[in-house]
Amino acid sequence: MYRGQSGMFSWLFHRISGLGILLFLLLHIVDITLLGFGPKVYNDSISIFSTWYIRIASLFLIAAVLYHGFNGIRIILVDFWPKLGVKYQSAMFYTVILITIAGWVPFAIFIVAPIFGGCLQSGGCQ
Amino acid sequence: MARTTTEDAPARANKNIGKPSTYGATSKPRGGFELYSWYFFRISGVIIIFLVIVHLVVMHLTNDVSKTVYDFVANRYANPFWRVFDLVLLTLALLHGLNGLRIAIDDYIRPRTWRLVAQSTVWTIAVTFWLMGMMTIITFHPGTAGITNLFGLLK
Repeated sequence: MYRGQSGMFSWLFHRISGLGILLFLLLHIVDITLLGFGPKVYNDSISIFSTWYIRIASLFLIAAVLYHGFNGIRIILVDFWPKLGVKYQSAMFYTVILITIAGWVPFAIFIVAPIFGGCLQSGGCQ
Repeated sequence: MARTTTEDAPARANKNIGKPSTYGATSKPRGGFELYSWYFFRISGVIIIFLVIVHLVVMHLTNDVSKTVYDFVANRYANPFWRVFDLVLLTLALLHGLNGLRIAIDDYIRPRTWRLVAQSTVWTIAVTFWLMGMMTIITFHPGTAGITNLFGLLK
C-alpha cells in the first residue's frame, strides 16, 4: 500500500465517511417513509434507535458527519486560498481531527447517558 | 551547463501562485459538467454543514432520540418551516452524496458495461429516494395513515 501522509489519509477518510453517510441517508429515507403508515407502525419501527447498540452505532455516524464537514471546510480553504492553504494543509488536518473530537464528545455524552438511565436533553427522554 | 528542470521550476511555480489552485496544470481548464460538479460540492457542502448541525442538535441534544416519535414529527411539521428545512437538507445531501458516489465509481470501475450498470444505478437511486423523501415531507399529515389509505382518499 502506498505509504501516504496526512493528505492521503485526509482524502481517504473523507471518502469513507462520505460513502458511509450516504448509506445511512438511504436507510434514513426509508425509515422516515414509515411515517406514511401511521403512528403505531412508525413508533414501533423507530424504537430500535433507542436501543443501546444503535445508540453506539450512531456515535460512529456523528463522528463521520463532523469529520466530513470539517475536512470539507479544510478542502475549501486549500482550494480557494492556495498560498496559505497548501502551506498549512497538514496543520489544518490535525486541527480538523481535534475539532471533530471536540464536537463529538458532547454528542457522545448526551446520546450514551440514557443507556445508564441518565437524561441530559432538555426535551426529556422516554 | 544545460538548463536543468530545477532552474525551470521556480518560474513555472510563480506563474500559478495566487490563482485558484491548478495542481500543476499549465493549460486552460476545460469546464463543463465536472466544473459545475466541483462547485456544487463546495457550495452545497457549506449549506449542508449548517443544516445538518441544526438537525443533529434538534434530534440528539435538545431532544433524545427516544422522544422523536410520530407526535414529535407531527408537531414539527405543523410548522412549514421545518418541512422546507428538511426538503432542502434532503435534496442537497442526496445530490452531494450521490455525486460523490459517482466520482468514486469513476475511480474504481473501468469496464464500460459495469460503468453503465453502476452509474445508472446511482441515478435510479437518486430519483427514487428523492421522490420517497419528498413524498413524506410534503404529504405527511398526522391522523391519516398516509400511504396505506392513499393519503386520506380511502378513509
